[in-house]
Amino acid sequence: MKIEKSKGMRDLFPADMARFRLINEVFRDSCLKWGYEEVRTPTLESLHLFTSAGTLTPSMLGKVYSFLDWDGWSGERVVLRPDATIPVARLYNENMADKELAKLFYIVNTFIFEENSKKNREKWQFGAELIGMRSPLADVELIVLAMEVLKKLGLNKVELKLSHAGLTRGILQKLGMNQEEQHQVFDKLLDGDASVLNQLQKEKPGLAPLLALQGQSSGFVKNLAAALALDAPELKPQIDDLVFIADTLKSLGQDFQIDIASVRGFEYYTGVIFQLFINDEKVGGGGRYDDLITAMGGKPTSASGFALYVDLLMTLIPASKLNDQPSSRVLLKMDADAAKAGFAMAEQLREAGCTVKLHLGGKGPAEMEWKLEVHTKAPWLVLTDLSNNKKYEMQTSKEVLEKLGRPSVAD
Amino acid sequence: MQIRVALPKGRLLPETAQLTSEASWQLSDYSEGARLYHMTSARFPEMAAKILHEKDIPIQVAIGNYDLGICGLDWIQELLMKYPSSGLVKLKDLGYGALELYLATARSSPFTDLAKAGRSEQVISIASEYPCLAESLALNCRFKRFNIFPVWGAVEIYPPENADLVLLPFRTGQEMTTGDLTPVVKVLHSTAYLIANKNSWANKDLTDVLNSLYVKSSAPAVSSTPVEIRSGPIPKAPARPFSADYIRLALPDGHAQRHVVNILNKAGIKIDNYPSTDGSRRPEIDLPGVTVKVIRPQDMPLQVANGKFDIAITGQDWVKEHLYQFPSSPIKELLDLKYSRVRIVAAIHNDVPVNDITGLQKWAAAEGKRLRLAAEYTRIADKYARDNHLGMYRIIPTWGATEAFLPDDADVLIENTETGGTLKRHNLKIIETLFESTACLIAGVPALNSPKADQINNIAAVLRKAVEES
Repeated sequence: MKIEKSKGMRDLFPADMARFRLINEVFRDSCLKWGYEEVRTPTLESLHLFTSAGTLTPSMLGKVYSFLDWDGWSGERVVLRPDATIPVARLYNENMADKELAKLFYIVNTFIFEENSKKNREKWQFGAELIGMRSPLADVELIVLAMEVLKKLGLNKVELKLSHAGLTRGILQKLGMNQEEQHQVFDKLLDGDASVLNQLQKEKPGLAPLLALQGQSSGFVKNLAAALALDAPELKPQIDDLVFIADTLKSLGQDFQIDIASVRGFEYYTGVIFQLFINDEKVGGGGRYDDLITAMGGKPTSASGFALYVDLLMTLIPASKLNDQPSSRVLLKMDADAAKAGFAMAEQLREAGCTVKLHLGGKGPAEMEWKLEVHTKAPWLVLTDLSNNKKYEMQTSKEVLEKLGRPSVAD
Repeated sequence: MQIRVALPKGRLLPETAQLTSEASWQLSDYSEGARLYHMTSARFPEMAAKILHEKDIPIQVAIGNYDLGICGLDWIQELLMKYPSSGLVKLKDLGYGALELYLATARSSPFTDLAKAGRSEQVISIASEYPCLAESLALNCRFKRFNIFPVWGAVEIYPPENADLVLLPFRTGQEMTTGDLTPVVKVLHSTAYLIANKNSWANKDLTDVLNSLYVKSSAPAVSSTPVEIRSGPIPKAPARPFSADYIRLALPDGHAQRHVVNILNKAGIKIDNYPSTDGSRRPEIDLPGVTVKVIRPQDMPLQVANGKFDIAITGQDWVKEHLYQFPSSPIKELLDLKYSRVRIVAAIHNDVPVNDITGLQKWAAAEGKRLRLAAEYTRIADKYARDNHLGMYRIIPTWGATEAFLPDDADVLIENTETGGTLKRHNLKIIETLFESTACLIAGVPALNSPKADQINNIAAVLRKAVEES
């Protein structure tokens, strides 16, 4: 009986990991250079971290991997983290709340049950959070950082979509619905049920159509501001932020689309939301979430952040980005009693930047460039260029390294 | 082609028996007193029917052990809430066996208003036999922090001291005020349902059996009949409130009661209204500073661990079951009460030609079988399987009538037995005794570290003397 992996889980093969690590390195490098520091939160958190924040929709919370662990006699459940931002906010609130500004980035997996077992139930997210600063410039910084990472990965056709959770909620409030109804409509938008917008337009012809409009410039936002000025003057600060972000992005030459009510999956967001699409698939997103840290018992703290969806990005990286093979690949075959000389030789080659595989029997590994035989008598060293099978007999490791174009570091 | 049907024991049995009889299934002995759980039908020779605990039927049909089943909608929804993609099709509302699931709380509770509960910062505890429905309700109400306590029964006595809210069924004529409850919200109207396994429904010809039922149910459906719940008199307040100022004692319901009374009598402790004549679960005990509630022994270790009770009389089997799941749980056995002695055994069907667990493993390997262990004691069964390196085994949780699962729906049974008679009658043999279990007095570690400790130890000493004298 061959034992198989658990449903909805995924093995990452060497080719997958090459892509994963490439994204990892590019992301990490960019974040460090923008002054972000790396953190990692535990895989297991208390379920109440996610329920007490009051922010994930019931339908999302109904799909988490929660269970009673060894301490579960108290009735407290634990959960495999279904989201990456909430734990980072918890980490900040628990340990760093005295900092004026925390710039954190993370590389973590999240777990959500997908009914279709062909979909991944474990997903990888690379994200950055900027906690402690109430500034639309921070939102722009995050957008620029996210775009920079994608560009460095060779992904140029990225579409940027801006939405606004605060504006959407504000307009819903103005439609004369009670709190329960507002909750329900917003939950539907969060769960991605677009039909609720059509229904709203029919039922509440006043402001509801504003939610469905789309635009491509700060002019659109200004028009929206004019439309709301009479009915909802209190939404002005939200609109000002959005105008600033739109204007700044324009000045940086960054195109975008504005779609106010497109908030799917952004449960705890309060301000601007940005989403990144490649070929109509969402590869990342983020935005402002100013109430999350208060909801977990912290002092009022502004925050925004974004995450890239790595599983999808892995499939999109162009092959040209992966063909870096800087090291020479050497197959080293030693005589039975030449182990000492053989291992020493291998060490020198690796130090010089070569990839060295030992010949362990059988046909030997494929895709090598050179073969080096190590003997206990002359010819001591035989180097074969496997592209043309040309053999070179040598005496010293120095000669070998020179032939490989890698002068010895020992000299 | 065999058609397998799961039929309920218990409250739905009389009307289900009437239904199958009117459908002329002519089942062999489908009655409350049936001594065997396997049945055949004279009308449908290809039918193999079995009597199962109602709560087990949805999962058994979903996993494909049965093509058809009849059970309450409440248990179907409980399964679907947790496993929405399970292989179950709801075929027909059969109309009888109506009950209503209510979320309820104590009259004095602040949680009569759900919106208020949703804004509460305190941990809200919900006790229920329907933990999945309860959890879904808590999520939908956006409770910030909540604990779900799955219980075996007697949930009506939990509020307000042992749970803030309870999710429980009411049947026509029942009094909502039992245990001083008040309804918060109606969650589900449930009736008996005919269900099918999704695969069987798609691939098997079940028409003859279905037609026989559908003819009968052309009679007017009665499912719309509302369940009438009487608001009974407000129970009189117990002499001693169930508060943490007292030593809170849990006593068992059911057949263990006479043993408890016996020991209390020997110790010279008087107890009133236990067993109760009026359904009350708050007897008065003649022990100064002690207040009592009557709950299921299965539920006691968890309740004591949580500090909802200080001491309890339960069974060592349930203490073990609890500690296997939660090794760090703060409960302690104070006294072996030495009655209700049972053995917890592993049993297999007589047709399996082996006599011990090693033999069973070899037999399973040769047959290419993954062993399935059916048990009410799921943690004890799991530990048994791990300790014996059973490999790719599965635990099948059951709610009673576990003997019925062998040999078709499980290979090993972990069950308690006094004489082995029931096992023998179901053609089963014991291959190993895991341990012996008797009733015991347990205490919560926090209570033993509190000023209550002396009095708790005194009670234990008095009972120890009574046990030693008998």
